[in-house]
Amino acid sequence: MSADIDMAHYSRKPFWDRALPYLIIAPALLLTIGILVPFVTAIYYSLTNFSFLRNTYRFIWFRNWTRMFASGEFWDSVWDSAGMTFWSPAFAVILGLAIGMVYAGKSSRSAWTALIFAFLFAWLHNWIVAFGNGEFWHAAWVTAKYAFWSTGMEMALGLGIGLLICKRTNWFTSTLRVVLVFPLMIAPVIATLIWQLMTNTSVGILEKFLNLFGVFGFPWAASQTTALFTAVLIDVWVNTPFIIVLVVAGINSLPKSPFEAAQVDGASAWFTFKNLTMPMLKPFLYIALIFRLMAAMQEYAIIYALTKGGPGDTLMNLSLTAYNKGFYYKRFAEGVPYILFLWLIIFFISKKLVANWLQVQKTASGR
Amino acid sequence: MRRGIFEPAFRYAALIVWALFALFPLLWMVIISFKSDAEVFTTTFWFSPTLGNYEAVFKTDYFKYFLDNLIISGCAVLVSVAVGVPAAYALARYQFRGKEDLAFQILSFKFAPEILVVLPVFMIFQWIGLYDTHLGLIWVYQLITMPLLIWVLRGYFEDISVEVEQAAMLDGYKWYQIFLRILLPLIKPGLVSSALLTFIFAWNTFTFPLILAGFKVQPVTVAALRYLASDTVHYGQMAVAAAVTALPEVVLALLIQKHLVRGLSFGAVKG
Repeated sequence: MSADIDMAHYSRKPFWDRALPYLIIAPALLLTIGILVPFVTAIYYSLTNFSFLRNTYRFIWFRNWTRMFASGEFWDSVWDSAGMTFWSPAFAVILGLAIGMVYAGKSSRSAWTALIFAFLFAWLHNWIVAFGNGEFWHAAWVTAKYAFWSTGMEMALGLGIGLLICKRTNWFTSTLRVVLVFPLMIAPVIATLIWQLMTNTSVGILEKFLNLFGVFGFPWAASQTTALFTAVLIDVWVNTPFIIVLVVAGINSLPKSPFEAAQVDGASAWFTFKNLTMPMLKPFLYIALIFRLMAAMQEYAIIYALTKGGPGDTLMNLSLTAYNKGFYYKRFAEGVPYILFLWLIIFFISKKLVANWLQVQKTASGR
Repeated sequence: MRRGIFEPAFRYAALIVWALFALFPLLWMVIISFKSDAEVFTTTFWFSPTLGNYEAVFKTDYFKYFLDNLIISGCAVLVSVAVGVPAAYALARYQFRGKEDLAFQILSFKFAPEILVVLPVFMIFQWIGLYDTHLGLIWVYQLITMPLLIWVLRGYFEDISVEVEQAAMLDGYKWYQIFLRILLPLIKPGLVSSALLTFIFAWNTFTFPLILAGFKVQPVTVAALRYLASDTVHYGQMAVAAAVTALPEVVLALLIQKHLVRGLSFGAVKG
């Protein structure tokens, strides 16, 4: 019928109507993209030998990149790597297993996937130790450890404390809800400053506290073995409230009736938690995970303020290594690949996690 | 169900331990800030409070750094509000191609490693003369303030039904009148609280000013580090520097209690 054709004609909006939303957003995008243009120049510089020490620079293609991943002897020794043994520290295996399990759980593949991942990680770790550019792989390893421990601890503690706070509502828990947020509002640098006051061996209260238990001179950030722990502790102090806040909001938004039904049926606390609370909380936990993981992977402020990456290179993660190479050693172009690599990883993980989150949110709201 | 007194006791014990962990460092900071240099070493909780540290810190340029931070963060939030509110509205109301991609792109600015932004911007700012200026920092801070404002406000705009606007249009309001007289008052609580939260985030920024600010402009977060680096052990002054920077934020946090969850989760959680 002709009426249909007319409708089709009229439903096409005029140009200005279509362009309007883009025009409204344009200023915001221009302001932010204006800042991100440098990102393209960053890629360009990563292919040169630009440095603040020289006046001129030239194009050296991918040499900065290959140097980052592998040491000088790398290309000679590629062929020797076939005979590597499968030894590696337990952590690499555990990390591989964890990733494998998440992966297997998501795509409902068999547990073999987890094992394969564990072996892959073990092998990779070994390979890196033998042939990689120590600095880069060390930085990547520190980044992974820091992100794993801080995000993991924050998620566990945040969930626990959040659940405890929501169990009862009285003056104590309602006050806690308000005051526990305080550390989150404080700048990470300032938080580090505060913790320096706490952990200082001569004026810090923690030294006196530990003395009660017979521990004297706990080195905190000054020792290679406890530096990561100290940095993670500060990160946990600052950021756990973020997870608590999300968990509390999540629990408050849960519908009451399924829980009443479970109670009537005599379900155990664990059963209720596992089958009701957790699935419905999942979207909230995903948001927490996304924000924390992305921030922990590029943490700079806390580590810089605490030890500047030291002692030695104990806390040199990718962000600090890139900063050091670029500004401390003034070899600008050499530092850029480190941070571009980190950005690539963050980009893919965030994209995947956001997709997962949308999926989980759909499931939780029963659509 | 069988419930002894142990379970609630354990629960409260756990909460109290956590509360101590979370709040004691702040208390310790305040305590040290009132101790004289000698008493810092010799006393724990009982001491004769003194204001000497505060006097010493305010005699330095610390107040100027404080002001710098206030100017940069404040202006950054104002720019973000001016530009971000319309953008949030467009992302909430209109259907257009690439909408979600665009929104995610804006969010991804938040995830970009700060050092990645800073490395090239450092050189470009030196070329175009924005290095070590308020304007330059305000511009870079947009990467922190803009994504948060746009995503949070988008949620608030989505909560307002289209009928409100259509009714206003029928009553003969112009589009800008609708925006200013109807929509803005409706989102005002959300706007104010999210602006305050972005202000806190901007205030807390460290990496950007560390590299892009020099001697002329220096926010307090960077300036505070000096108390760490110096070899003199004026722990009391260090505590004052931390307290003066941290406590305003605690007050702001109390003001925006109700909207905090929503802001912190970029509007994903409507708490």
